[in-house]
Amino acid sequence: MLLTRRTTGALLAASLLTVGLAACGSGEEDAAADSGQSTDKSITVYSGRNEQLVKPLLDKFTEQTGITVNARYANTAQLAAQLVEEGDRSPADVFFAQDAGALGTVAKQGMFTTLAEETTAKVPASYRAGNGQWVGVSARARVLAYNADLVKAEELPASVFDLTGPAWKGKIGVAPTNASFQAFVTAIRVQHDDAKAEQFLSGLKANDPQIRDGNGKILEDVGAGTIPAGLVNHYYLGEIAKEQGTTPDALKVKLHFFSGGDTGALVNVAGVGVLKRAAENADVQKFVDFLLGTEAQTFFAEQTYEYPVIDGVPSPAYVPALSELAVPQIDLNDLDTLDATVTMIKNSGLVP
Amino acid sequence: MRRLAPRPALLAASTAAVAVALIPLAYLGVRTAEAGWDAVVAELWTDRVALLALRSLGLAAVVTTACVLLGVGTAFLVTRTDLPGRRAFAVLAALPLAVPTYIAAFAWVSALPRWEGFWPAALVLTLCSYPYVLLPVAAALRGADPAQEEVSRSLGRSGWQTFTAVTLRQIRPATAAGALLVALYVLSDFGAVSILRADTFTRAIFVAFDLGFDRTGALVLSSVLVVLTVVLLTGETATRRRGARYARLGGTRRPAPRLALGAARWPVIAVLAGVAALALGVPAVSLGRRLAAGVSRPGALPEVLTAAGNSLTVSLAGAALTMLLALPLGLLVARAPGPLTTALDRLAYLAHALPGVVIGLSLIFFGINVAYPLYQTRWLLALAYATLFLPLAVGAVAGAAAQSPAGLEEVARSLGRGPWTVLRTVTLPLTLPGIGAGAALVFLTGMKELPATLLLRPTGTDTLATELWTSTAVGAYAAAAPYAALLVLISAVPTWLLVARSGLLDRERNA
Repeated sequence: MLLTRRTTGALLAASLLTVGLAACGSGEEDAAADSGQSTDKSITVYSGRNEQLVKPLLDKFTEQTGITVNARYANTAQLAAQLVEEGDRSPADVFFAQDAGALGTVAKQGMFTTLAEETTAKVPASYRAGNGQWVGVSARARVLAYNADLVKAEELPASVFDLTGPAWKGKIGVAPTNASFQAFVTAIRVQHDDAKAEQFLSGLKANDPQIRDGNGKILEDVGAGTIPAGLVNHYYLGEIAKEQGTTPDALKVKLHFFSGGDTGALVNVAGVGVLKRAAENADVQKFVDFLLGTEAQTFFAEQTYEYPVIDGVPSPAYVPALSELAVPQIDLNDLDTLDATVTMIKNSGLVP
Repeated sequence: MRRLAPRPALLAASTAAVAVALIPLAYLGVRTAEAGWDAVVAELWTDRVALLALRSLGLAAVVTTACVLLGVGTAFLVTRTDLPGRRAFAVLAALPLAVPTYIAAFAWVSALPRWEGFWPAALVLTLCSYPYVLLPVAAALRGADPAQEEVSRSLGRSGWQTFTAVTLRQIRPATAAGALLVALYVLSDFGAVSILRADTFTRAIFVAFDLGFDRTGALVLSSVLVVLTVVLLTGETATRRRGARYARLGGTRRPAPRLALGAARWPVIAVLAGVAALALGVPAVSLGRRLAAGVSRPGALPEVLTAAGNSLTVSLAGAALTMLLALPLGLLVARAPGPLTTALDRLAYLAHALPGVVIGLSLIFFGINVAYPLYQTRWLLALAYATLFLPLAVGAVAGAAAQSPAGLEEVARSLGRGPWTVLRTVTLPLTLPGIGAGAALVFLTGMKELPATLLLRPTGTDTLATELWTSTAVGAYAAAAPYAALLVLISAVPTWLLVARSGLLDRERNA
């Protein structure tokens, strides 16, 4: 070796110190720039929605308004925990969450401001908080995704409760840690009762389900034929098709929408809440209005395959319109008893 | 070795370093106290928690045993035998350190879809972590005095008896230190156990966050991990006490004679190549296939480079800060052993087995309530890396300082130099290789870290690891592949430095 070991060590240590300290210095400058948000027209958004999905939309907002969006992307649950940990000193202006449950959690800590009436009025009452503390910006339907080679159309269940029957033993993929599954279980408790939910969970567990971490993984495995069917949200099909460079119709995975107001056809939302510190911030108001505007709603329908929540914007191409779905009669505001659901899911043995 | 009294300045600086490492514990204490004793007992006193703890310990035991066998075996083969291409094999064996477990696990799931649970997770974790044993043991084997083995042989012991009675004893401290790192790593790992669905404690902690945003439940569960860490530390300390020092008995360094493998070299080569194929080949092939199959594309080149630059700067800052904190403690461990030093050293390990998300939340708490100007700056992220990886750095510094004779410092002192001058002119130069190795290890581990990075990075700062996470979360695997490849490539540089540092690449001077 040309360099002795000691020289290598010395060089490495010296370069680490200089570069490391320089890096720290620049970090502080960044932070200083961030904190002057009111003068340089920028807002801070904590996004529990994936960067790949929503960054193009946020860029459009900046293009149109000149307001920079400092977006912090992470998992919705972890961002909710972070917001609660930060409390009043949170640098966030807006929480853009993947489901109503996370918004409810932060709202319960008294961290959100009440949104303007004319903002929330654009969205049907069933897709926003009763007290105006958060508003849904896109809707997602629960479906049974199935592999057309492995499940015939006539075998499809009429109700989600049929999945605990012997015909589906070992054939169903579920993501019990996923917020959308939890909201669905809460919906069973709201539409029926706790006993029905417990019965469903224990029946599901006894039926030897395929447990996955998230809906995307379920859909991937259904496509690969390793699981015949799985409970997911409808828009994952569009994402997978996009990655494979094809259309949803060309895939082996098909979507089955439960009918007759079955709990399996629950429609949940992704939405936003505005932190108290930004209550008077006009730029933040513009952002919320933008998300509920025609352009953003069309983006959701076309690019993330979700349902728009305002009137006059068409649904995504490969699914029935929201108005044609036989959704269960459930108010999303009633889905705030998450604790009891979580205890039930833990006791069911579906999660570690 | 004659003991030097603990110097007050070193002791004060070491205490400060340990205090940093204990921030997460203080946070756990505060949050657990808030939850109330009844809630804690209700959360912990269940069969589920007992089962999870047993499973985590079981996984740690299996992986650690496998890593010791694979690490010590490989170290012996590449340092003490006439294995053809042994330096190439040494590099291949160390390189898995550059592969994050979430990438390796993902590669295995892609290759074998329904292969999941305890044993697959054990395999992937072993393949990713056995270099933690290999590197220190290889360095110990290279540094050990062959005279002791020669004496053993001359007293009529067979080669095998000499190996078990003398050689294995000489490398026991290095083996135990490596094994401890592996065991603590397994307890805290999230990537592999999550993707391969092995239900360990860490996975339960992450699930608690996802399940109803249950912060308290997750943190109460984390306190069990701290208890498990104490159990492991106690075990390792016990082996340390029994392991005496095997310093070289003066004279110049000379290599041990190499064992001729003869016909056995072909199966040996096959095994080593097989391990390399599993640890490096599977991820490479899998990433390549994903890249070819998908149509999503990563951001433009500038975006990829920005992420790489951010990864480099936060990891370098983390390594610099960690070394700064580790230096006094490492010197203290090597120069002033005693109950107080041991206690400080062990305390530095306590946060090491906590999952990154807990470290992340505890530093959010610290940043918001104690050091607000640092909040969401790179400094706080660097502090998180220091909290997570301090033991890696302390071990490297202490190892290097222990190898350099304390007598030199005593001579300098007796010649009238002041303690600071001795530190600057004698101790630090002698310890520099250890500082370099520790920095490389912390840098490498920081590059791969994900959960704490997600929570603590400045808003808008993407690293290679966070970009990778963003893409894989929506199934955009082709977009993820370049970030993964770049992450592994950059991590390969410090890994190579670690191999060089362990002496595995040196040409023999007088063999």
